[in-house]
This record gives sequence, C-alpha cells and structure tokens, in this order.
Amino acid sequence: MATTRATPGDLKLVQLTRHFEDFVAVAGIDLVVPGGSFFALLGPSGCGKTTTLRMVAGLEEPTSGQILLGADDITGTRAYQRKVNTVFQSYALFPHLSVLDNVGFGLRQRKVGDWQRRAMEALELVKLADRAKQRPRQLSGGMQQRVALARAIVNEPDVLLLDEPLGALDLKLRREMQIELKRIQQEVGITFIHVTHDQEEAMTMADTVAVMRAGRLEQVGAPADLYDHPATTFVANFLGQSNLLPLEGFSDPGGEFVTAHAHGIGLVVERAQLPAGMVVRAQVAAVDSAVHLGIRPEKLRILGPNDPPSANRLGGLVTDASFNGVATTYLVSMPWGQELTVTRPNDGSPRAQRGDEVTLGWDPNQAFVLAEAD
Amino acid sequence: MAALTQAAVGAEAPVSRPRRRGGLVPLVLLAPALLWLVVFFVVPTISLASQSLQTGDIDNGFMLTWNFAVYAEAMARYWPQFLRSMVYAASATLGTLLLGYPLAWFIAHRSGRWKNVLLVLVVAPFFTNFLIRTLAWQIILTDNGPVTGFFRATGLTTVLQAMGLTDNDSLLGSQFAVICGLVYNFLPFMVLPLYTILERLDVRLLDAAGDLYANGWQTFWRVIWPLSLPGVVSGTLLTFIPAAGDYINSRLLGNTQTVMIGQVIDAQFLRVLDYPIAAALSFILMAAIIVLVAGYVRAAGTEELV
Amino acid sequence: MAWLRRNLVVIVGLLVMAYILMPNLVVTMFSFNKPNGRYNYEWTQFSLDAWLNPCASAGLCESLGLSLWVAVVSALVSTVMGTMAAFALGRYRFRGRAATNLLVFFPMATPEVVMGSSLLTLFIAMGIPSGQVTILIAHILFTVSFVVTTVKARVASLDPALEQAAADLYATPSQAFWKVTFPLVAPGIAAGALLAFALSFDDYIVTNFNAGATTVTFPMFVWGAAQRGTPVQINVVGTVMFFGALAIVGFGQLIGARLRIGSRRKEAL
Repeated sequence: MATTRATPGDLKLVQLTRHFEDFVAVAGIDLVVPGGSFFALLGPSGCGKTTTLRMVAGLEEPTSGQILLGADDITGTRAYQRKVNTVFQSYALFPHLSVLDNVGFGLRQRKVGDWQRRAMEALELVKLADRAKQRPRQLSGGMQQRVALARAIVNEPDVLLLDEPLGALDLKLRREMQIELKRIQQEVGITFIHVTHDQEEAMTMADTVAVMRAGRLEQVGAPADLYDHPATTFVANFLGQSNLLPLEGFSDPGGEFVTAHAHGIGLVVERAQLPAGMVVRAQVAAVDSAVHLGIRPEKLRILGPNDPPSANRLGGLVTDASFNGVATTYLVSMPWGQELTVTRPNDGSPRAQRGDEVTLGWDPNQAFVLAEAD
Repeated sequence: MAALTQAAVGAEAPVSRPRRRGGLVPLVLLAPALLWLVVFFVVPTISLASQSLQTGDIDNGFMLTWNFAVYAEAMARYWPQFLRSMVYAASATLGTLLLGYPLAWFIAHRSGRWKNVLLVLVVAPFFTNFLIRTLAWQIILTDNGPVTGFFRATGLTTVLQAMGLTDNDSLLGSQFAVICGLVYNFLPFMVLPLYTILERLDVRLLDAAGDLYANGWQTFWRVIWPLSLPGVVSGTLLTFIPAAGDYINSRLLGNTQTVMIGQVIDAQFLRVLDYPIAAALSFILMAAIIVLVAGYVRAAGTEELV
Repeated sequence: MAWLRRNLVVIVGLLVMAYILMPNLVVTMFSFNKPNGRYNYEWTQFSLDAWLNPCASAGLCESLGLSLWVAVVSALVSTVMGTMAAFALGRYRFRGRAATNLLVFFPMATPEVVMGSSLLTLFIAMGIPSGQVTILIAHILFTVSFVVTTVKARVASLDPALEQAAADLYATPSQAFWKVTFPLVAPGIAAGALLAFALSFDDYIVTNFNAGATTVTFPMFVWGAAQRGTPVQINVVGTVMFFGALAIVGFGQLIGARLRIGSRRKEAL
C-alpha cells in the first residue's frame, strides 16, 4: 500500500439536497471536506447524515446540488464510476466469497494486475491475513468490520466513507477500533468521512466534525471548537452536557469582561466567549428569551473554604451525588428551581453529600453564550 | 430444503420490500410467465365457463346457449359427491393436522441432531410416484394382512363400523381407507409449514407460561397454538384444496359409495363426454373451494397468503 | 407416568414418521416379491427377478423415459420463466403487481381436475391434438407457479446492501447481478427446478386429461397397471426413486457438513 501519495483533492458539497415524497432528508448543505483529513458527520437518527453519505457514494441521486471531488464534478456519475468506496453499517460482505475474494472484488472489477498481493497487503493492514481463505460467516462481528474496511481501502479511493461502522461492536472493541481507524487513516492518507450518532466517537477520531440536524448543518469545526464554543443549543446539548442559564440581559462595565444577568445575579463572562456580532450596552439591556449562558459540568467547581475566590458564585443545594469511579456527578438545585449538573474528578478532595449547601464557581473564560432564535 | 419448505408455505415476509420502479424491466421479465399463465390458465378457465353454458353433444357439436340451468342440474345430480368430497377433504385436513402437529413439534424441538434427517424423511416419499405409494396402501390394508388382523383382534373394526367409516370388517374398500390414504398423501404439506413456524417459536415462552401458572395443556392452547396459526392456515389450505379435487385415493382405496366429485368430472369429460355438465361441475368445485378458502382465511385473520 | 407425559410428543412423532414411511417400505419389500397372479398384493416368495429385468414389463421403460424427458424439459422452461417472473415480482414495484401475484397463486390453488379439464377444453377448441406437446404445455403451466414462489422467497430475502456494495466496488449493474445476486439466488433457483421436476414427474391427473390415447407417461402406466395387473417392476422403480432421492439429499448434506468441518479445522490451526 503506497503511503507516499499525493494528498487527494477536497470534497465539496454545494447546496446538496435530497427530497423524498413526503419529507426533505437533506436541505441544501454546503460543505468542504479537506483532502486527507478525518471528517466526522455527526447527528441524531434521521438527521440526514446517512443520506448525505450515500449521495457522495453515488448510491442515491441528489434532488439538486453538486458534488465536487477535487476539480471534477461527480454529481452525475454512477456509484461504480466514482473513486469513492464505502464501509457499510452492516458490512455487506459477500457471503458466497472468501475473505480474500471479498477484499479483492473491487480490484478485479478494475482489472488490477496483481490483485491477490494487494488484497493480502490490505488484510495485513487490518491484521486478518490468516483468515484470507475463510468465509465471512465464520468471522466475528469485529473481524467482519475489519474485512469491510480492507475491502474498501485496498482500492485507494479518493474518499473513504464509513457508515456507522462501529455500531454493532461492544464497547471495548469499539474503543480499539476507533484508535485503529485513526491510525490507518493517518498511515494511508485517504480522506475519511465517518458518519456516526456517537459524539464521543466523532470527537475522538475526527479532525473536523460537522453536526447535522433535520437535514441541515448546525456547526462545522474542530472537535474542541465545537465543544468549547457551540453555536446553538442543539450542539451544546448534543456534544457532551451543558448547563444552560437563561439570561435576562447584559451590561458592559468595559474591559475584558462583560456582565451577564441571570435571575438577578451578575455573572462575569469573557468578551471573547460572546457570539460573534453580539453588541452589549453599557447599561443593562434586556435580551431575547433565547439567550443562554452555557457551562459544562466539568467546568463548575464546588468552592471550599480554602479555594481561591471565584468571580462567579452561585449558591445551591446538593440533591444528588453519584459516584462514577473516575468522577462524581452532582445535581445542585438553584434557588430558582433549576438543577445544575456538576462533575468533579475523584482526586481525593472531599466529596459533597446530599443535602449539603454549596457554592459553585467557574472561570469566566470557561462559559459560552448562546444566542439563537430557536 | 429450506427453499422447498418455503415453497410449501408460500413466500415468507420479505426482508427487503421491493424498492425500484424499474420502468420496462419488470414487465419484460414478467412477460413469458404471464403470457403462459394467461393463455393456458385464464383463457381455458373462461373457455370452461363458456363450455358449461353450451348445449349439444359430442357428435353434433356444442353451441353456446347461455344455459345457466346446467348448474342447477349438475348440483341436483351430483350434490352427494360434492358433499362427500368436502367432508373427506375436511376430515383428511383434520387428520393431517392432528398427526402433523405433534410431528412438526417433535422435529422442531425434540429431535436434536436428527432434525435434518427427519425433515428429509418427511419429504423423500414425495419424490416417489404417489400412485405407487397409494397402491402400497392396498397391500397394507389388505384383508389377510397384519394390520387388518390387528384391527379385528382388538375390536377396532367394530368401532369403525359403528362410526360408519367401514361397511364390514374389512379395512380396504371403505371410507376409512380413503381418508387414511388422503391423510398420508398430504401429511408433508401440513408438516412443513407447521415445522417452519414452530421452529421459530422461542421455547422460553413456554418457561414464561409455566412461571405464570399455566399447565401443559393451557400453555399449548394459549401460547403455542395462537403463535402457530399462520402455519396451521398454510398447511390446511395446502391440504384441503388438492384433497377436495382428488379422486385417486377414493378410486384405489374406496368402493362405489366413496365416489368423489373429481371422479365424476373425470368420467364426464373423458368417458361420458358430456362437456357442459363436466365444465359446470368443475366451476362449482372451484367456486366452493374459493368461498371456503376466503371464509377460512378471513376467520383465521392472516393477511398475506402470497 | 411422568415419563410418558414428557415424551408423548416424541412417541407420537415417531409413530407418525412410521405412518409416513411405511408405504415406501412396503413398496421396497414387495419389489422383491414373486407374485402368483397379475397383482402384487400378497407375499409369496423372495425373488430378484424384477430387479434383474427392470424393463421386462411392456411399456414401462418407455413410459419412464417419456416422463423423464417431459420432466426435464418442463422443469427447464418453467425455471427460466419462473425465475424471471420471480425477480420482477420480488424486486420491483409496478402497477398490477398484486394482481400478478394473485394470478401466479391461482394455479397452485386450483384442483388438478379443473386445471386438466380446462386445458383439454382449450386444446379441443384450438384443434391441437393431445400428445407430448399438450402434456408439456400443461406441465409447464402448473410448475411455473411453484418456481416463482420458491425463487421469489429467496430473492426477497437478499440483503440489498450487497448489490450496493458491489456497485460501490466498481461493478456495473449487470456485473453486480451475475457476480453477487445470481450466485446468492442460485440455491433458490435450484430448489425451484427440483420442485418443478418432481411435480412434473409425479403428475397423473392433469397429464391424463391431456395425453390422448397413445402417449403414456409413467404415472399413467402405473394407473393402467392398477387396473390390468401390477408388475413388480413398478415397485423397483418406486424403490429406486425413494432411495435415489434420499441419496441425493443425503449426499448434498454430507458435502455441506464436510465443507464446514474442513474450514473449522483450518480455523483451529
């Protein structure tokens, strides 16, 4: 398998749309997938991510829009004409062919000369060379998935599409395969597009993540960007957990920070955490009911007497404390009724109990502001 | 093996529903078979209908006179044979159900590694010519044979006589023999669909029923039987329909009192050459079967048959 | 008593199996008989006569040959037609699909008497003399529905992802069909062909209606023999058919088992 190959061209989706008789699966998305990167398409069931993938593979015809691979417009081409290969969710291994024949299928179709050698190399890449002569049904789920991967990779496509390939595997195997896939992608240098509903998986493996919802893109960016600066409530809640405090208004004392007002309490927010284009007045200005301050559970601290003072302080009552081994998750009830989720690592510091009155604090640059017309 | 079973059951619920419209392709693929069926099945059926409404005879030719009275005449003359055919077919169906259900259950759940062997043995006789096999029944039930001897010795012959299934203390040449033959001929058609359904039954349901205070009979009647109904319906249809039209068994194993409607139709067509009556009888038989089948399927509540 | 209750199903099951197999055993037994009269009903003495002279009975081997020929040809034709139709019905939606399904179902539900007699009516009206051709037509008619049903079940159970995978791997639609779809449907087609062959070979009623005076298939020969006198050779044929069928199926199972064992051994190494 040649690892020194030119970086493949970018994949561009231009206003890609797919209508069905009674609903719209994909509502005109614009996307650029950088060549040679690991790209994740993330979203809940029915958001259109699989349909998008199938359109790129050529297995479904877009209602309108374009698909460009490098300089070529491949929108009108059929699946068997595209340099794009798919790892199917159900693996779709041909039951009547051996593992080797499965892996070599695409090579033989393209009349590649020494297909057996190349197929064996691909099997070695996924560490299944000793199973070459067996039938798919004799392999476990995890092995079948690796064969499906080898079968796709061996053709050195410009883009490799993975349709929720790890869904049927148990947790441990899934974690292993996530690392394996990442390693293979880096070694081989092909563009990977990975469709999944598992946000942890997307963030672990991908260089870029696109969150989809109801046929549209919610946000695209690096995992850390999406996590720390979600653009919408949906993204904030889909990637990890968020505590969202509805805000009544802002005021601007000047300087690096602004003040956000929630339930009469002033909270310090770093100006950089405000959504782009938000203008804040010097006096308290009321805002739409759809503006929230978001803080992730792991960013909240339970302030003890010896802790440094925190600019932001909220007092509440612990209603639940769950020990999870690595961390403890608390539910802290606020005076206005809202329960905030707090996650603290079990690093030896004293754990709070149910019924304790606590004060929560956080750094101003760890919270984000969401403003959307929901 | 499985494919044969599926043929017996009819098409199972498909994994993938047909998706493509395909334009002309399906019609081209369908054309030969469809044409064949239309020319050699639909047209003859219509031709048969028209034949039944004609009058005349073989020497002078037949003319279409729309003689609907022929149906009344056919029924008046041959209703005993009709009734007999329906009764025999129903009895045979009941017999195959009573015998076939335990067998199907036995193969599905109690036969261990002999399962495939038994399935083969159930089907293999089917590949021998059925006339030969039915003739064998003449040997089995012959007057001087061990079976008849056993029946006489245990007094079962008197029981059968009392029930009206035999006329004397012989077993051959009686209603009993005919029904025995019918049951034998159609057992595989009942066993295979039942086996397919029972095999998929989750035995843990039986444990659950027991856990909920059901004894053996209740478990069967309230858990197993309802779940096996689709197989029962398939099997009964595959048995009753051909049995109603069969006459080989009654010819070989019965007597002059066991004449079934199939025999009458055969005789009318090939010997008496009274085509209108023969055609009318054929249609009445078809209609009776369709009505019974439709009513039965309705009552049993299965949706898809094909 | 409890033992009886637990094993009642087993006992009944075995008894029913005996009921099913008994006639075949009788047929086999009596193939070794040397009857006194014309009929082969009573056991007189053991003899290999019939086995050594299988064609001694006049017309038996000819009728066998005819039945075989008819069965092969009609199985071939109805398998091709039926497979095509099964694909059409199993994978495409088109107007009239439900009606076509019903039409295919009807011959299987029609009593043979009705089918045979209506075909005879047609042939008379069209002026086609009864003989080999009419028999062939009739056999193809009643076997095609069974082929369609058998193959359709197999076609419908195919995973659609497999053809998509083939397309994804550079196979044109026609290549995908021959390299992926067809091999996977093949067992169903084989089963359908086998079923068609068996049904054709075994048929009496429909054939009788459409054979005319001079063409005699094997079932017709047996029927005639039942009236005139049953030669022992009939039992020989019956025995060969039964054990032949067992052998073929058993052989097939054996091969399948050996392949599984062989690959399992390789797996263990």
